[in-house]
Amino acid sequence: MDFDIFIKILIAAVAAGTPFVYAALGELITEKSGVLNLGVEGMMLVGAITGFIAMSKTGSLLLAVASGMTAGALMAAIFAVLTLTLMANQVASGLALTIFGIGLSAFLGLNYTSIALPGIAELHIPLLGDIPVLGKLFFSYDILVYGSLMLFILVSWFLYKTRAGLILRGIGEAPKSAHALGYNVIRIRYLAVLFGGAMAGLGGVYLSVAYTPVWVEGMVAGRGWVSLALVVFATWRPIRVLFGAYLFGAITIAQFHVQGLGIDIPSQLLSMLPYLATILVLVIISRDLTAIRLNSPASLGITYHPDNL
Amino acid sequence: MLLTKKHLFSLCILLACVTGLALSASAAEKLKVGFVYISPVGDAGWTYQHNQGRLALEKNLGDRIETKYIEKVPEGPEAERVIRNLAKSGYDLIFTTSFGYMNPTLKVAKMFPKKYFEHCTGYKTAKNVGTYMCRYYQGRYLAGIIAGKMTKSNTLGYVAAFPIPEVIRGINAYTLGARSVNPKIQVKVIWVNSWFDPGKEREAAEAMIAQGADVITHHTDSTAPVLTAEEKGVYAIAYHSDMTKYGPRAQLTAVTHNYGKFYTKVAQSVLDHTWKPEAVWSGIKEGSIKLAPINPVVPADVVALVKKTEKGIADGSFKPFHGPIKNQAGKLVVAAGKSLTDKDLLAMNYYVEGVQGSIPK
Repeated sequence: MDFDIFIKILIAAVAAGTPFVYAALGELITEKSGVLNLGVEGMMLVGAITGFIAMSKTGSLLLAVASGMTAGALMAAIFAVLTLTLMANQVASGLALTIFGIGLSAFLGLNYTSIALPGIAELHIPLLGDIPVLGKLFFSYDILVYGSLMLFILVSWFLYKTRAGLILRGIGEAPKSAHALGYNVIRIRYLAVLFGGAMAGLGGVYLSVAYTPVWVEGMVAGRGWVSLALVVFATWRPIRVLFGAYLFGAITIAQFHVQGLGIDIPSQLLSMLPYLATILVLVIISRDLTAIRLNSPASLGITYHPDNL
Repeated sequence: MLLTKKHLFSLCILLACVTGLALSASAAEKLKVGFVYISPVGDAGWTYQHNQGRLALEKNLGDRIETKYIEKVPEGPEAERVIRNLAKSGYDLIFTTSFGYMNPTLKVAKMFPKKYFEHCTGYKTAKNVGTYMCRYYQGRYLAGIIAGKMTKSNTLGYVAAFPIPEVIRGINAYTLGARSVNPKIQVKVIWVNSWFDPGKEREAAEAMIAQGADVITHHTDSTAPVLTAEEKGVYAIAYHSDMTKYGPRAQLTAVTHNYGKFYTKVAQSVLDHTWKPEAVWSGIKEGSIKLAPINPVVPADVVALVKKTEKGIADGSFKPFHGPIKNQAGKLVVAAGKSLTDKDLLAMNYYVEGVQGSIPK
């Protein structure tokens, strides 16, 4: 394989990994607060169609992003009311949210299947973008890709360098203690869930507005589930989520290149390779049991009842 | 009791009235035609074309029929329930338009011997079950000619769904068509193992473009490959539907499926009580396979060649799978002067010379 194709694979991998970066980092924040929201797939779909509608009506990327995030957050709000206020089971509510999102997005998208958007242009950064190889590798993406990197920096900084992040993590570890210290567990969890929804929605917008700028029913095609898995296998560490997302993207793209070059490996095997390799690599780098115990939110998925002290 | 003449006369009148009533009732009753679709109708693709066929049927037979479709019916037990419900609620002719509906259709047909069923792409018929599909490969061959003439890199890209004879036949016909005008052609194939996944289809198309393919075609159900070609500045050949609006510059042509004539013919034969279970395999000749308007960038002599070949296929003087044809290993699989029979075509499980890679087992 020559060097040029190798660079092209890397560039395509970053783009392919971007929806996972958004959705998984959002879910990471939600889970760090102790809430497990399995509705990522549904939130991504609703975000995708809402962003698509906004983009096709106004042509404004900003509005598309804003409405996709809002729609994702609204979906998450349904989940939050069910699980945080009404104390419903998180696993069941999350699954229901996904099924609801699949249907709702299909319904909203009824009149939008025939539209193709122009997509969004890659940013061209003068000078930097003209450096041979490296310029292409680092400075040839659209703005949403850079946005996902910003999100990664923000999330890492927030979780580990700010007081608010510490509180969030504390609530995910021991909600009762946090409550005893005077923090409003339910309110903070609400915010975390809404943030997760907004980011899932944004991941959806990236798919429908930038990656394949067209709306088709079910276009998220399981990426929400992969994002959920990434969070767990990355043992709730933002840097590993980012790495896992790009690894998944890279292997997805590389396996197509292997096929295109006519190398004789069964395509069914290649199709499962991204999943297999990502899980394997993340499990190996995160195999330290103490670290897992430290990083995984102790109260994840457990319904918290403030009066139940 | 003895029948008097008077009695007989009144009896006759009564009989006439009853039959008359019955006749007028049956004349007013419409033939109800049901369609079962695997995916939402959408705006392009497999189901969209079936639905276009349904609309053509409605237009052609007007008030003598009534149609209804049920979309997004998963293959398997759910399909059986849907088909049975249609039959139960008075649908006399039911088209089931996905391969996986084969056994459910046959099962329901057994329960409703007076109803008629038509199953698309299956290979089992019964007393009241016919099958139909199109010679999609004929269109592929023609599209291959255009691709072979338009490529600069002599490399074509093919996004494929699953390694079944149907898809392999398309790849081979496309390759033969392209190599008939340009023997240097190499066809890259990427299997995405899904009928419908815009993201993967895009990634596959992108990978092949990066490897030098400058005409992309697909045997998957979304518009993503055409969109990707448009975005990356290469050409595309669309499948199922005309996708001009997704790739106004990129699309050279599209191999489109057209079921309207067939649906009309079948419904008419049910109305006329002449329906017979048949395994129909129709193509360019019957108007089931058509090329979408060819992009003006294609030179006139290429268009003329395509039209000539199309005519040859229609009148039977030209067959896409006509020897000599070599397989990938260079071994002669169809001798000069011979062509493949329908049976061979239906079981095709090898690549012809010019296709890269191997068929996943």
